[in-house]
Amino acid sequence: MVDTSRSPTESSGFSRKLAALIIIIYAVVTLIPITWIILTGFKSVTSSITYPPEVFFEPSLEGYVNLFTTRTRQSQEYLEALPPPETWYEELVRSREMVIAGPSKFFGRYANSLIIGFGATFLSVFLGALAAYAFSRFKIPLKDDLMFFILSTRMFPPIAVAVPIFIMYRKIGLGDTHLGMIILYTVVNLSLAVWLLKGFMDEIPREYEEAAMIDGYTRMGAFFKIVLPQATTGIAATAIFCMIFSWNEYAFAVLLTQFNAQTAPPFIPTIIGEGGQDWSAIGAGTTLFLIPVMIFTVVLRKHLLRGITFGAVRK
Amino acid sequence: MASIKLENVYKNFGKTTALKNLNIEIFNGEFFVLLGPTGAGKTTTLRIISGLEQPDRGKIFFDKEIMNDVQPAFRDTSYVFQQFSLYPHYSVYDNLAFPLRSPLRKEKKEVIDKKVTEIAKLLKIDSKLKNKATQLSGGEMQRVSLGRALVRNPNIYLMDEPLSSLDAKLREELRIELKKIQKDLNATILYVTHDHVEATTMADRIGVLKDGVLSQVGTPEEIYDNPNSIYVANRLGSPKINIFDLDKTKIPSKNKATHAGIRPEDISITNKGNYDVYIETVELLGAETVISFKSDNVNGMLLTQTSDTFEEGKKIKIALNNKKMLYFDNNGMRI
Repeated sequence: MVDTSRSPTESSGFSRKLAALIIIIYAVVTLIPITWIILTGFKSVTSSITYPPEVFFEPSLEGYVNLFTTRTRQSQEYLEALPPPETWYEELVRSREMVIAGPSKFFGRYANSLIIGFGATFLSVFLGALAAYAFSRFKIPLKDDLMFFILSTRMFPPIAVAVPIFIMYRKIGLGDTHLGMIILYTVVNLSLAVWLLKGFMDEIPREYEEAAMIDGYTRMGAFFKIVLPQATTGIAATAIFCMIFSWNEYAFAVLLTQFNAQTAPPFIPTIIGEGGQDWSAIGAGTTLFLIPVMIFTVVLRKHLLRGITFGAVRK
Repeated sequence: MASIKLENVYKNFGKTTALKNLNIEIFNGEFFVLLGPTGAGKTTTLRIISGLEQPDRGKIFFDKEIMNDVQPAFRDTSYVFQQFSLYPHYSVYDNLAFPLRSPLRKEKKEVIDKKVTEIAKLLKIDSKLKNKATQLSGGEMQRVSLGRALVRNPNIYLMDEPLSSLDAKLREELRIELKKIQKDLNATILYVTHDHVEATTMADRIGVLKDGVLSQVGTPEEIYDNPNSIYVANRLGSPKINIFDLDKTKIPSKNKATHAGIRPEDISITNKGNYDVYIETVELLGAETVISFKSDNVNGMLLTQTSDTFEEGKKIKIALNNKKMLYFDNNGMRI
């Protein structure tokens, strides 16, 4: 007897295997560039530019050392006159006939990215949540037109307004500042945040806030104590989108930042070694650059997966 | 606790009239039941008293104080919603403690603990205090919802069909419990329902709402025995009152009455009866039997306590208790 005792909504073994196969193929395809970048980070400079590309190679931390340091080439005699190297990375640099001149700017750029990325994400979600709540709950004249107007800021590529923003920022002194970049990314993200969060807020029954207001809380108190915790899913989703955008944004960062507030994306590709791009350092920089947004997404993912809270309101 | 007064309250939602010139006074310590079908304006009345909704016109008084412009939080009412709205991200304990922790009250931890445990015991949810609000059955949720209202001493308890989602047995239990709690606390309760049994068993006074207008206010006995219209008469009693068109029956008219009403228990089966009818269906309820009957052009129901067996289709003679007969004009108003 063949066991046919499965629920009709449950997929059969074959279709499940097929689905798994498709997902695995898709994952492999999307992961190839990322894998390649990570591997490149562990190649030596010479191995990174070998043609045909090496799939198997001797791993080296040269890329990471180059990423964090600036180096100068020295003559053989100069190197021999130096006391023996104290650290493994000094030894590695000297084996390339160079000495470490100092730290690179990578750390500072990375920190800028973190400040601007998280700053803009927090601000977008916070302001977006307030606006979404207002749109969701209050009678606002021209509500639909306002919502459309907010969305219309996304109907052209942001870079289309790059020149006016560049001039404006220079005039008011926001160019090359953290605050300036946070404001800019918040503005770009806000429309998405308002729209996404409004959808989630609409799903939260009003009874919760009404109950809280009767229980002795102001509307603001009810918003923070009751509405926000219920909107966790929406907030997590919105935060991930905002974070990915502000973390990866390249065009405005190139245009508006240079020294003080330059983020990692415009910095990493400019890492120049001798005789051109230092691909292993770029690979190393990109690998490190992936980590925060990956952690951020993984941490928030559990809120996404939990789905919309099964409320205790009977409908 | 306070007395509540609504004066000439009007409320429209777009083109729909929710309340039309509503005047109600609820005395301190009274269990007042608002009775009416869906859409009669019961919930709107509660929302206006609690401050969740502003009236278009009219005044709201708590004791002698006008409350129109006071925020819900400062009106100090407690509200049991028809859709029990427990905060799903909190435990049962936190749900019950929530009003006590509000910035208005900020009770001490020990006080909160004591009150929450007390009310949980009273409502038999003390074993569930640590549960998430979402891990409860419907009945438990509604008890937590009641508990959240009862945990403090507000000016008035507003309850919007709090028992409607419970099963019959639990509903009966909580009905008795609620009445007891109200007496113990001497609480002012405004209770909204469409269930006439809840109304008659718990209310000190009943207000019958029809399309946003208060039709009649009185004790359950007054409303039952002396309804001022067919509408009110229909609201109480099961089986419903019989309303006969006087043109189609031999019942003697009075003044300009077009309809006469008589409750099923005031009709008796007797050989001395002067109306001949046929039995249509027989419904045995235990101590009583409901018989629906039919004559040439009217249908009706009667309630009898005799233990005789009745055969469907059989011809019987019935008598109406003329003293209990209610007469109505062609607008359905009592004469």
